Amino acid sequence: MSVFSTIVSQIFNGLQSGSVYALVALGYSMVYGIIMLLNFAHGDIIMVGAYIVWILMSFLALPPAIGAVAAVAGCTLLGVAIEKVAYAPLRKSPRLSLLITAIGVSFFLENAAQLVMGAGSKPMPTIIKGTNIEIGSAHISFVSVVTIIVSVITMLLLTLLVQKTKMGKAMRAVSEDMDSARLMGININRTISFTFAVGSALAGIAAVLYSCAYPQASPTMGSMLGLKAFVAAVLGGIGSIPGAMIGGFAIGLLEALVSAAGLSVWKDGVVFGILIIVLIVKPTGIMGRKMNEKV
Amino acid sequence: MVKNKKGIPRLLAYAINALLFFVFLGILNSLIASGIFSSYYVKILMLIAINIILAVSLNLATGFLGQLPLGHAGFMAVGAYASAIFMKATPLPNFVAFPIGLILGGLVAAVFGFIIGIPALRLRGDYLAIITLGFGEIIRVVLLNIDSVLGFNFTYGASSLKNIPKTTTVTNAFICVSIVLIIIHTTIKSKHGRAVLSIRENEIAAESCGVNTTYYKTMAFVMSAFFAGMAGSLYAGYVGILNPSGFAFMKSIEILVMVVLGGMGSMIGSVISATALTVLPELLRSFSEYRMVAYSLLLIIVMIFKPSGLMGTYDFSLSRIIGKCGDKISSHLRKGKEGRR
Repeated sequence: MSVFSTIVSQIFNGLQSGSVYALVALGYSMVYGIIMLLNFAHGDIIMVGAYIVWILMSFLALPPAIGAVAAVAGCTLLGVAIEKVAYAPLRKSPRLSLLITAIGVSFFLENAAQLVMGAGSKPMPTIIKGTNIEIGSAHISFVSVVTIIVSVITMLLLTLLVQKTKMGKAMRAVSEDMDSARLMGININRTISFTFAVGSALAGIAAVLYSCAYPQASPTMGSMLGLKAFVAAVLGGIGSIPGAMIGGFAIGLLEALVSAAGLSVWKDGVVFGILIIVLIVKPTGIMGRKMNEKV
Repeated sequence: MVKNKKGIPRLLAYAINALLFFVFLGILNSLIASGIFSSYYVKILMLIAINIILAVSLNLATGFLGQLPLGHAGFMAVGAYASAIFMKATPLPNFVAFPIGLILGGLVAAVFGFIIGIPALRLRGDYLAIITLGFGEIIRVVLLNIDSVLGFNFTYGASSLKNIPKTTTVTNAFICVSIVLIIIHTTIKSKHGRAVLSIRENEIAAESCGVNTTYYKTMAFVMSAFFAGMAGSLYAGYVGILNPSGFAFMKSIEILVMVVLGGMGSMIGSVISATALTVLPELLRSFSEYRMVAYSLLLIIVMIFKPSGLMGTYDFSLSRIIGKCGDKISSHLRKGKEGRR
């Protein structure tokens, strides 16, 4: 393999994992923007999505399309349910309680999955089939091309949703100032639920794409993916939608770079090191706005 | 009346507390010596002591300072490895090496706490949670892979650091517990502790009253890290074998559950819940797969229905109770005398 083909294939690897990170980071960022909560359970929603795909395709032998749609729908419902059951009763309590609850939900999902599905990982059936693409001497897998295209389309749709629709306007208003938004007649609870639904649907899409790339489902698969996507959201500027996309791709490319340099055991360490450096140098991230605290 | 606010003089209160503590230690030791407590019970007792130190030290940062560090297991790991490597290398006899190892473990953890805390605590909001979470993961990765960079065996990575001298005993573990409790208690009741509490209640108000918030936040956080490192070195001397996988994110959460359940800001709460959550899993061995599910549900339910935890911010004070009893007895006596007259 020539240097050129190595570089090209690593860039595509990075873009592939980066687009998954970006989709997950969007969920973190939107929820943080609207209720100032680090939704630790977000990564585990992906895990549930992957198990839904596995159950439908391996267990019930249904076609991939149904599995994918069901995973997205299941994740959306789960996200809204978590918000209603665990976060909504705590809307007035201190943020520390909310954060601890989110950690509790995350651990509940992980351990419940372990109890129901067993601790071992389940092999995933092939979801997307296609021939690899060749650019010069470089091989690029069909899966990574599909992943990148699907996530770019999803992000465009999300941007349209947030910028052009009435609900998107309501979401932006609530994240700007919840009390004023309420006074303007916006239904706060519905807007927050809608935000969770959108974020979790993105997590569902990410679950399907992630299962294409790494074909196995395990109870703890969501936690590391979630943490890294969270780093991506912080890097891009938490609360900012374009920031989450940029951060996701940046983390994906960085990981591919570290792996290409032969340091793959240090991959996680490098990602969290980036997080600490970002927080020290520019805590608002690349696209984040500085928030002034009101007394 | 400033004098005698709590009924009995402070010196007497200290003497009673110390006496009761030594009686407690004596009972424990005689139970072990007479063989009523098997070695299995002794192991659980040591684990209780270690978990109490961990829970109380995390409570200092979570309950009293109002921050949420998610890398407590990382500090514990740093302390454990530092003291284990020292204990293996040192030619000193155990009774000299043990306290040095203990303090060394604490100091190394405190240095890491300082490095992490300085940038994180300058910022408001959830940044400390994020940074400490990242730190915990980095520590684990470094402990696993540092040998290949150094070129010699230092932490032994995934193959575990073995043959650490088992110096932890029930007596010295509980002496450590009492020292930690005394230091944290007196700090919280001092001027510095009041400053820390004021930051928890309202950071902006505290700052405008002239409290140096960054200084006090860092102080409380570094103290918390120091004691976590100390607990780590006790743990190293207790198990005799260290593996980085034992200090994962899960461990930090386990400690957090102890603090939240006992009540954020209550030391007696942390002590009780650390004891209960160490003993219960041993009693319920056959349900061990449900343990973590139960923990996570417990965390959610406590937060929704009783966010202050079991004890709230209540703290136990023996001298207060003795003082109250004394007051009652003396008032009874007085009434009795008056009645006779």
